[in-house]
Amino acid sequence: MSKFYTFLKYFFIVFWAVFVVAPFLWALTTSFKDFQSVNGGVTYIPWVDFEPNLEGWKVLIKSPAKGGVDIVEPYFNSLFVTCTASLISIILGTLSAYALSRYTFKAGFVKNNDITFFFISQRIMPPIVLSIPFFLFLSSINLLDSLVGLIVVYIVLLMPIAVWIMVDFFNKVPREIDETALIDGCNPYQAFLKVVLPNSIPGLIVAGMFCIIFGWIDFFFAFILTFTEVQLLPVKIVALNSSVTPWWSLSASALVSVAPLIIVAFIVERYLSKGNLSGAIK
Amino acid sequence: MNLIANNLTYKPSEEYHLNEVSFNFKEGNLYTILGRTLSGKTTLLKTIAGLLTPDSGAIEFDGKDFLKVPVWKRNVAMVYQQFINYPHLNVFENIAFPLRQRKIDNEEIKNKVMGSLKSVGLIGYENRKIQELSGGQQQRVSLARSLVKNAKILLLDEPLVNLDYKLREQLREEFKSLFSKGLADETILIYSTTDPRETMELNGEVIVLDEGKVLQVGPAKEIFENPSSLKVAEISNDPPMNIIEAEISNEQIRFEGIEIKAPSHLSKLKDSGLKIGLRSSDIELSENGHEFEVELAEISGSETLLHLKRGNIKIIISIEEVLNFKIHDKIKIDFKIDRAYAFGADGKLASSPFGGNNG
Repeated sequence: MSKFYTFLKYFFIVFWAVFVVAPFLWALTTSFKDFQSVNGGVTYIPWVDFEPNLEGWKVLIKSPAKGGVDIVEPYFNSLFVTCTASLISIILGTLSAYALSRYTFKAGFVKNNDITFFFISQRIMPPIVLSIPFFLFLSSINLLDSLVGLIVVYIVLLMPIAVWIMVDFFNKVPREIDETALIDGCNPYQAFLKVVLPNSIPGLIVAGMFCIIFGWIDFFFAFILTFTEVQLLPVKIVALNSSVTPWWSLSASALVSVAPLIIVAFIVERYLSKGNLSGAIK
Repeated sequence: MNLIANNLTYKPSEEYHLNEVSFNFKEGNLYTILGRTLSGKTTLLKTIAGLLTPDSGAIEFDGKDFLKVPVWKRNVAMVYQQFINYPHLNVFENIAFPLRQRKIDNEEIKNKVMGSLKSVGLIGYENRKIQELSGGQQQRVSLARSLVKNAKILLLDEPLVNLDYKLREQLREEFKSLFSKGLADETILIYSTTDPRETMELNGEVIVLDEGKVLQVGPAKEIFENPSSLKVAEISNDPPMNIIEAEISNEQIRFEGIEIKAPSHLSKLKDSGLKIGLRSSDIELSENGHEFEVELAEISGSETLLHLKRGNIKIIISIEEVLNFKIHDKIKIDFKIDRAYAFGADGKLASSPFGGNNG
């Protein structure tokens, strides 16, 4: 019986791993192919099935004048927009979440839970509904096709995630910890900065990770709100597609674009395995 | 420096958390707030600390309006029933935290923290993480943190309730010696608890609180000997005092077919609707006693608690040894009736074996 279960366990692990790893392997091998090896039937093993070359990768850094599609600038644009928007979202989101968790607000029928829901509702609406007002809003203040405009929109999209995660986190931090800090001579701001925040690092990391991921993978708003001046990576990757699909450079750019997320995942995983994410507060 | 409260009232919803609470606490004294859970003890302590603002009433400390002083400037210390420490700091830094807020220099902080660690018996633990300590040790850390400040008002909110039996006994002893060392003659020590035994052992001035209202104030001995009402008698005894409805006539106490000669302090009472109060320890097993049926027998520590029934009367008696009884056993008991209290129909104390009465 137990042998059967062991078999079943490993069978599913392998099955699942194939699904997760295969696309990466596919992209990795394809990025080293050229037109002929892509269209010459199914090939997998370099130097045996096909002759690898760096053409797919070189295209990514060549300027358009030389027949390339320079993704360096969009890459840094994306990094800049994602990081800035995430940072601001985390700061504003954490402050709002703390207020929502610790203080009672009341304006007519609107109470704490309604405010929290208002933040989250930004993510419930289909993006297409949001895109039109965003477009009109940005164009009216001349921020269409600009990094600042994108950051503003991304903050609106990312802050709800931060608020949502952090409200939940702060609700689990006993109020008595804040109170003890007040009794020990901290004013409310010091109590937040010196006591509550240092104990919320796990929550901040999770919230930050989600903000970075959702910011980084956004295609829709980047596509609608930018034209020529500013381009973000996801838009640029899609723009690679022309009459002949360049599978090799598409694969290379996909790998490059997923790299930062892999790094983030490793950092978080490190942090998780140190056991710091749980048990900080009993 | 006195801490004076006047008609403190706090009513966040339908129920009173504090209902016109007044007191006058003097420095160098220990005050015990005795009350059941949800009686308003924590609310009262938080109000004194400044974490809650009462709806009405005034608090005055050292002649100044205390309600105008924010928490962080009040110089109070508080220990919660949950073990509240700063999880991100080690033991040393936890205790040093209030001192660092005051910008005291490092050398002095070190001396004070070590002194405080010594008084709670945690020397050698200063570099441990809070999570690596047991519950009792965590509570010692928060006690050390409250001691290190030399606060003028020290609030202890049921500090022992979440500890296991052994530790509770041990820490209670340590508390007693800490407090009796005169913790500083200028400290007002306020200790809240649900446990009457703790109250008696600490032997301070007792404030009995129920549903936000002060029922009785007085030294522990006085509360024990002359509880002013049925409520106080219930709250200040564990297990609660047995209350039996009885009639007294011709110097005889009658209830449920039992007839006992009334002792002198009860024989003259003429009220109708009298209730007789007897502590569980004032009822004993006796061969020639009255027959009762065992409803439940529990052994707690070296004591046996028996829940007994006869007709409509249910009582609890405690016996100072471990005995085994089965449910529905018939046993015979005798009442130490000269230790009985009498309460009038209005619930007020009518007569006590210690000579107190409401008159």
